[in-house]
Amino acid sequence: MSTNNTKTSRRWLLHVGVAIIVLYCLAPFYWMVVSAFRRPSDQGDNSPFPSPLSFENFNAVFSPDVGFERSLANSLVVASITTLFTLLFGTFAAYTIARLDFRGKGVVAGIIIATAMFPGISLIIPLLKLFTDIGWINTYQAMILPSLSFALPLAVWTLATFFRQMPKELEEAAMVDGLTRGQAFRKIIIPLAAPGMFTTAILTFIAVWNEFIIALSMVNEKSMQTATVAISRFTGITGFDTPFGTQMAAGVIVTVPLVVVVLIFQRRIIAGLTAGGVK
Amino acid sequence: MTTTAPASAPAAEPKKAAPRTSPQGSGKLAALLLTPTFLVLGLVIVYPLIAALRESLYRRGEGLDESGFVVEGERFVGVDNYSAIFQGEAGDRFWNAFGNTTWFTVVSVLIEIVIGVAMALVMHHALRGKGLVRASILVPWAIPTAVSAILWRWIFTTDGVANQILNSEVLWTAEGQQAFWAVVIADTWKTAPFIGLLVLAGLQLISGDVYEAARVDGANAWLTFWRITLPLVKPALLVAVLFRTLDVLRMFDLPFVMIGQRKFAVETLSMLAYDEASNLRYGPAAAYATVLFLYVALVAFVFVKLLGADVIGEARSQKRLVKRQDKGEVQPVLPVAVAAGGTPL
Repeated sequence: MSTNNTKTSRRWLLHVGVAIIVLYCLAPFYWMVVSAFRRPSDQGDNSPFPSPLSFENFNAVFSPDVGFERSLANSLVVASITTLFTLLFGTFAAYTIARLDFRGKGVVAGIIIATAMFPGISLIIPLLKLFTDIGWINTYQAMILPSLSFALPLAVWTLATFFRQMPKELEEAAMVDGLTRGQAFRKIIIPLAAPGMFTTAILTFIAVWNEFIIALSMVNEKSMQTATVAISRFTGITGFDTPFGTQMAAGVIVTVPLVVVVLIFQRRIIAGLTAGGVK
Repeated sequence: MTTTAPASAPAAEPKKAAPRTSPQGSGKLAALLLTPTFLVLGLVIVYPLIAALRESLYRRGEGLDESGFVVEGERFVGVDNYSAIFQGEAGDRFWNAFGNTTWFTVVSVLIEIVIGVAMALVMHHALRGKGLVRASILVPWAIPTAVSAILWRWIFTTDGVANQILNSEVLWTAEGQQAFWAVVIADTWKTAPFIGLLVLAGLQLISGDVYEAARVDGANAWLTFWRITLPLVKPALLVAVLFRTLDVLRMFDLPFVMIGQRKFAVETLSMLAYDEASNLRYGPAAAYATVLFLYVALVAFVFVKLLGADVIGEARSQKRLVKRQDKGEVQPVLPVAVAAGGTPL
């Protein structure tokens, strides 16, 4: 009887726990969505549903003087190109670390992981000066190149984990059958690693899309701002009477595609995030 | 197999690769394949590190030389930028930023561990709603930090929903101690679920037999958690905590967007360095950035050496690893945790 009781209360406790976690994670996000769909004149309204439903905030985001489309396009360009280069370079490096034997492998792995810990501001200040001197301020490459500093180590580690998970025998068999290491890599490894590379691409893309301090530092022209910087600048950072409704709408626009992608590929993403952590 | 001594290399050779690949060939190929990555990292990490060090020894702007002429441009000032950090008005600002950075790290990471572990335990034992929890836990992670900063700024406005729920009239985002806590709350919201995710992955590795044995021995739930669960998830937790710690030490976006620049209560070292740089005082900015870098390196060192966070274990202890794999033991922890810390910078 008493064990039955503790079982029931345990079950209830777990249900409550699950509810709390879901509420904890989603309530602030929900508030962003709700605030975005209010009329600007209802901005101060703290009711849980927008009434009446309005798209005015979204129209404001895309009004000509805000030019948010351009910022979204900038973010897309920077994140896509960074992801492309990261995958290209990262795949080679990760394969090397996961599969080849060579001297100093530990040092190489150590250096790559150490770079991931590097504080962004320490690289931005000298690069800002360098890019000013060579006229790169307000260019895509001024955002893409520094973004590789965090994207590349991250991708190398994730990819290395995926490469290690693949059976070595396949590749060895291919090489015994007369393929060179390069051919084995191209014809056997890459197709097998495709899901892992895809996951790494998503993780990299999200990391770069969400990047702030590089995009903030390297650009001072509105037309080159990325979406995250543009949102924070909607009024000037310390402005009064902030148009929060517009900002929330912009936030929804920037976030919802990510959330959708994340939910579609959630199993893969969790595998990617924790792949390194534990196996 | 990591740093294979030439003598031991041939032994590993036959099972490792096809006959045509000699160790030297492997080395050359490795060098070739690693070149692009190292070129990029050299340009965006090593060059800035050295340039910042050099920059921190110079000061820009007008000054008078010995004969009283106005000199423009950069002057070599030796360690003046560093000594200036620790004294006077600049010193007060530096120590405040240093204190804020440290406190943000200690407070946020501690809270995140507690909430993250609790979340992991609930998710691990949950009977229903696992899919829903897994989906919702990724939402805070996917939201850009800058956007979450604006969202929390909105939640914390004077007539905002936070004050309404708490039935209070706190000026959360104004200068003051409450702003510090507002940032901690926002940071915790975004990153605690991620720690939960990593700890959950660690929990799923613990075999049920261990718990069964504990139950037979009469251990209660608390004792089981404290003596069995926690020690067994410690490797996963430690690396997650290391990366979260390094991430908070360089915190920038959240206080910058949520509270604003030059706010005493929330100014971090990154923000201070950024502010100096944006006022074209590159010398002091570089000095702050270098101090921050050394601080981060020191903390990472303490974690790895003293607490034994197995960061590059995977690469360094491959030999041991192979043996342990054969026995079906857990592999060492490797930190893709960076991904998730939220802002990579």
